[in-house]
Amino acid sequence: MTLTALAFYLFATVSVASAFMVISARNPVYSVLFLILTFFNSAGLFVLMGAEFLAMILVVVYVGAVAVLFLFVVMMLDIDFAELNEGFLQYMPIGATIGLILLLELLLIFGASTQLVSQSALPQATPEGMTNAEAIGRVLYTDYIYYFQAAGAVLLVAMIGAIVLTLVKSENPRRQSIAAQNARRREDGVELVDIEPGQGL
Amino acid sequence: MLANVTLLLPELVLFIGAMGLLMVGAFATTDATRVIEYGAISLLLIAAIASWLQGDTVAQLAFGGSFIVDAFSAFMKTLTYLTTAVVIIMARGFMQNENLARFEVPVLMLLAAVGMGMMISANDLIALYMGIELQSLALYVLAAIKRDSLRATEAGLKYFVLGALSSGMLLYGASLIYGFSGTTNFAGIAQAFTVENGILPLAQVVGMVFLLAGLAFKISAVPFHMWTPDVYEGAPTPMTAFFAAAPKLAGMAVFLRVVISAFPDALAAWQQIIIFISIASMVLGAFAAIGQTNIKRLMAYSSIGHMGFALVGFAAGTEDGVAAVILYMTLYGVMTLGTFACILSMRRDSGMVEQVKSLSGLSQVRPFMALCLAILMFSLAGIPPLAGFFGKLFVFHAAIDAGLYGLCILGVLSSVVGAYYYLRIVKIMYLDPPADEANDPMPRELSIVAGALAGVCLLFFVYPSPLIDLAASAGQALIDMPAPDALLTGLFEATDAR
Repeated sequence: MTLTALAFYLFATVSVASAFMVISARNPVYSVLFLILTFFNSAGLFVLMGAEFLAMILVVVYVGAVAVLFLFVVMMLDIDFAELNEGFLQYMPIGATIGLILLLELLLIFGASTQLVSQSALPQATPEGMTNAEAIGRVLYTDYIYYFQAAGAVLLVAMIGAIVLTLVKSENPRRQSIAAQNARRREDGVELVDIEPGQGL
Repeated sequence: MLANVTLLLPELVLFIGAMGLLMVGAFATTDATRVIEYGAISLLLIAAIASWLQGDTVAQLAFGGSFIVDAFSAFMKTLTYLTTAVVIIMARGFMQNENLARFEVPVLMLLAAVGMGMMISANDLIALYMGIELQSLALYVLAAIKRDSLRATEAGLKYFVLGALSSGMLLYGASLIYGFSGTTNFAGIAQAFTVENGILPLAQVVGMVFLLAGLAFKISAVPFHMWTPDVYEGAPTPMTAFFAAAPKLAGMAVFLRVVISAFPDALAAWQQIIIFISIASMVLGAFAAIGQTNIKRLMAYSSIGHMGFALVGFAAGTEDGVAAVILYMTLYGVMTLGTFACILSMRRDSGMVEQVKSLSGLSQVRPFMALCLAILMFSLAGIPPLAGFFGKLFVFHAAIDAGLYGLCILGVLSSVVGAYYYLRIVKIMYLDPPADEANDPMPRELSIVAGALAGVCLLFFVYPSPLIDLAASAGQALIDMPAPDALLTGLFEATDAR
């Protein structure tokens, strides 16, 4: 039990601290790396709650895809971050207000949560005798097959759309020709030239 | 499980067919656009026939109650698929001339049609959202398909951003409704809410308003219409024809389904919302179109106005009202497609034209095109004995029966105002001197489509009963759904059987 509590405080502290670093780091690449750290620690918190499937999804989707995409964007786009950071203080009041409202809402929920739990039987996150990945798998491809396939269709359309709107077919693409590469002999590509000292080619 | 698949047959045919055509297009060594267009048209015809054959059955549920097939869904799907097929036929020439003939276009239109079918058959909030997103995402891409044009990309981006906003509103409403009812199934929602004197509890009303706002956006009803003129003007004309016809049919169908099967007892709560957006759409559609010089923009305002007229019948909330909406949407689809077939023929040696004034004196140069367009304009204005008049007659009749006199008076008045800009086009074509540069002759497929649809509008009054009967039985299927209890037990049986 103490081990669980210890793990919780470790994950919680690190994720809050690294979330703070995400917005305060000067170098955007550091921001993204701290974001990845936050994701990993949140995944740890999910594991502690018994939602290991969600934890794995968080790591795979957010760290594996989203954060890496961020990193690419940050590295590829030449953004002047000093200029972006200039307006930071200007937006401080509105950010603080939103934060305050969220805090109040959280406190309200903490106050009401004991009542809510007693009112209704909450669904079990981990059904008897199986892991929750297995439990999701059992309904995802049976009861929810229609939604699952529909989501797949939406993603297919997104993929076709991205290709249709951005792919530029070049007139003369220089594709790799393996046959031509293999057919090339040493004699075709290499020429030995005797050069007299001090003459040059 | 097999019964589920049989009910889904039309959508499965379209979806699997679309993936097959995509493979053909991607791996074909020569340009396969022509073949894929024919393939898409035949798939849509097959799907239309398959949905038509589902029309006789009583309401059936599939996939744990998330997908419903009844006479209403069968009729609306048949209509939507046929509309999409006609648009693909109309688009061919334009896409070729404008260098836009790419094999992905018919494939995306097929996938949009799958989304529309899913919307029409949705019986569950998640299924509804999935259908809407599949449809919308394909439409965003089609709007921006002319990617070298600034206006088209702007149209696509605007459509995308505002569409995402509307999806957000829809999801927010759906989450509130789910939170308070504990189910996403329409029949379950109807059962979970206690309704007193037709009024829902406040929180549920908020959820319903957000849901309806998201849906009103999809049919471009005022005050969620802002995207329509810009998108219609910027998108390539065949895509505008598509946006104006098929998604409107599907959107109106899903609007009817959600309100009637999820909030059947809360008439007083949703009726006032429908009355408001109906009046606002009719009035804005009538007045804002007067000053338009671009015919695509004019058609955008005209379509906003027509959504208002269709909603008049819906505001009645009766079986006759729903049947009138279905009939109105059918005739609206016919008139819109016919008009766009004429707009697509507005081509000269120098290229496509979109200005209203470039139609001047058309009757002397291209009498057939002018005649078709004139018939369609008279029909859109609602002048008897053309088809548009009957559409308006039935919706107003239903509203009068429900005692909504104020709504009807405003509707008739805005119809009179709207007649001005439709008749102005007829006047420009018949009374003004011909333009400097003559219009090219109508391409064959466009003249067939425009002639046939104008003929339908002209001769509808001779033998209107089949269509009226079909609309009535579709409306009856929607209103007389088995009681929520009966559908819910069906749901559990379906789940157990598996």
